[in-house]
Amino acid sequence: MMPEAARVTGVAVWWDAIRRDRKATFGAILLALFVLVGVVGPWLVGDPDALVGIPLQPPSAEHWFGTNGQGQDVLAQVVVGTRVSLAIGFGVGLAVVLFGALVGVTAGYFGGRVDGLLSILFNVFLVLPGLPLAIVIAAYLPSGPLTLGLVLVVTGWAWNARVLRAQTLALRRRDFVAAAVVAGESNWRILTSEILPNMMSLVVAQTIGSTVYAIGAQVGLEFLGLGDVSAVTWGTNLYWAQNDSALLTGAWWTFAPTGLCVALVGFALTMLNSGFDEITNPRLQMERAWRAHLLARDQKPTRSTPVVPDHD
Amino acid sequence: MRFLLRRLGFYLLAAWVALTLNFFLPRLMPGDPATALFARFRGRLGPEAMQALRETFGLTDAPLLSQYLTYLAHALRGDLGISVAYFPSPVTEVIATGLIWTIFLAGTAVVVSFAIGTLLGVAAAWWRRGWVDTWLPSLLVFLGAFPYFWLAMVALYVLGFTLGWFPLGHAYGDDLTPGFSVAFFADVARHAVLPIGTIVIATLGGWLLSMRNTMIAILGSDYVNLARAKGLPASRVALRYAARNALLPSVTGFGMALGFVLGGSLLTEIVFSYPGQGYLLVQAVRNQDYPLMQGIFLVITLAVLAANWLVDLVYLWLDPRTRESAS
Repeated sequence: MMPEAARVTGVAVWWDAIRRDRKATFGAILLALFVLVGVVGPWLVGDPDALVGIPLQPPSAEHWFGTNGQGQDVLAQVVVGTRVSLAIGFGVGLAVVLFGALVGVTAGYFGGRVDGLLSILFNVFLVLPGLPLAIVIAAYLPSGPLTLGLVLVVTGWAWNARVLRAQTLALRRRDFVAAAVVAGESNWRILTSEILPNMMSLVVAQTIGSTVYAIGAQVGLEFLGLGDVSAVTWGTNLYWAQNDSALLTGAWWTFAPTGLCVALVGFALTMLNSGFDEITNPRLQMERAWRAHLLARDQKPTRSTPVVPDHD
Repeated sequence: MRFLLRRLGFYLLAAWVALTLNFFLPRLMPGDPATALFARFRGRLGPEAMQALRETFGLTDAPLLSQYLTYLAHALRGDLGISVAYFPSPVTEVIATGLIWTIFLAGTAVVVSFAIGTLLGVAAAWWRRGWVDTWLPSLLVFLGAFPYFWLAMVALYVLGFTLGWFPLGHAYGDDLTPGFSVAFFADVARHAVLPIGTIVIATLGGWLLSMRNTMIAILGSDYVNLARAKGLPASRVALRYAARNALLPSVTGFGMALGFVLGGSLLTEIVFSYPGQGYLLVQAVRNQDYPLMQGIFLVITLAVLAANWLVDLVYLWLDPRTRESAS
């Protein structure tokens, strides 16, 4: 008979982690709000490309976020941009991790010459500056979401590969993997049912981190005009704001809402991640238990790790 | 020494990968940049000049391998071809005009951010759950979530446009001639406050958290407890014992952050019309100036690799273990 806690698996664990940690709860709610806006919002606001009034009007009752340099409604642009930017962000975040995992796990599991070659590959990609490389590749390809996705994966996978390789290497040396090898399990089965399930929390953390990267890098590239400038996304909104000299005409409302959205989504994802970390990181868990233990005895915890207290 | 040589070998390899990417990218892509390129020159250049241009780009009918070798030989001699937009200036000459500004901007920003962020990280870990530890990380992570260039836009709008405290762009005033004068340097500093400030604010959080987390782990280790037990002054324990060792992962991350910050500073330059590589790069993209674009990528990459090697030197100095294993 297994203890109750050990039987909670899969989605339930994450759900529990989100509920238990304040930061994670906050991050999850904020993120859910944006996803809701991205899914439902575009039907509630009008056509973002429609000319609705005089260009560069400040926020008013009619246009809550004002109008941009082309006389379009900024609110509609931000809301529609949310859908596109989040979709690309999550899609690319996932793709980056999948590709990184493929390389990293292969390197860590098979070791030897395969590991040597793949490690050199991702280490080289880690030191090559990402944005200039992305710009050079994107400039040659026809602009569009596909190009953007490809460019972001090419420049973003290496870090995931490195982290997941290290984790695979550590798991590879554990007894239960050795047992599976001796039992004659196939490599594929060992990878999918012994190693991958044991690094799920890391993979989730990496996916969240990669999504933050994907959204930021996407906005940056589009700001440079390397996306499809006729599409409505967060990045192109900022591109047009810069192009229409929004700053020097004092039209802060054309760029402020979009940037805030980018930051809030990034912040929500980071909070979610650090909340997960508090739950899944054994060291932080120990510390939390120790603090609870001390507080129960009306004592103030002084130092991070339970050791003999001193005079300061 | 062996450590440094091995790293050097790795960076040479990375440089070769960058060169090779640079060579094959235009040739792998759909469409033909050469055609677009030459279309821009039609009517402006005679056939001989066009042929010369083709040759400088290596877009000849020779087999791919010999094209590649020619390209490598040219690159090693520092010949990156001729800029299309600034014809007939060589790419290297165009890049040289902006290189110093980018290195100044990104370099200063990274060093300042690293220093302040790391010190704050030490403070946060030492006074665990004090106000620095409670509020600063969240605040800085929030600020770090903004795109650099957006923070730059806000700073420019509020501090430059509305309040008028800082100039609205460029690296120095139009009325000054560059030279070794106090007035010139003061003006450059005044123009650099906003671009550098926004990058520093956006990157501070990462350094703080990295230092804080390592520092917390190290503060729990036996040798730190021993140092405290011996009654050493708190500042000595915090800085010489804990912080120096906790610095290692941050230093490793420094090299990688360089490339990242450089990317961000390219975007920041555009907001401030700062005359660096970012500004040139965007002009190159808009004008389809492929040779200039690729030249900039190459030069930035080499700069990052060189900086990484310098970071390795610092690492060697900080961590005696790497020195011992080498000898």
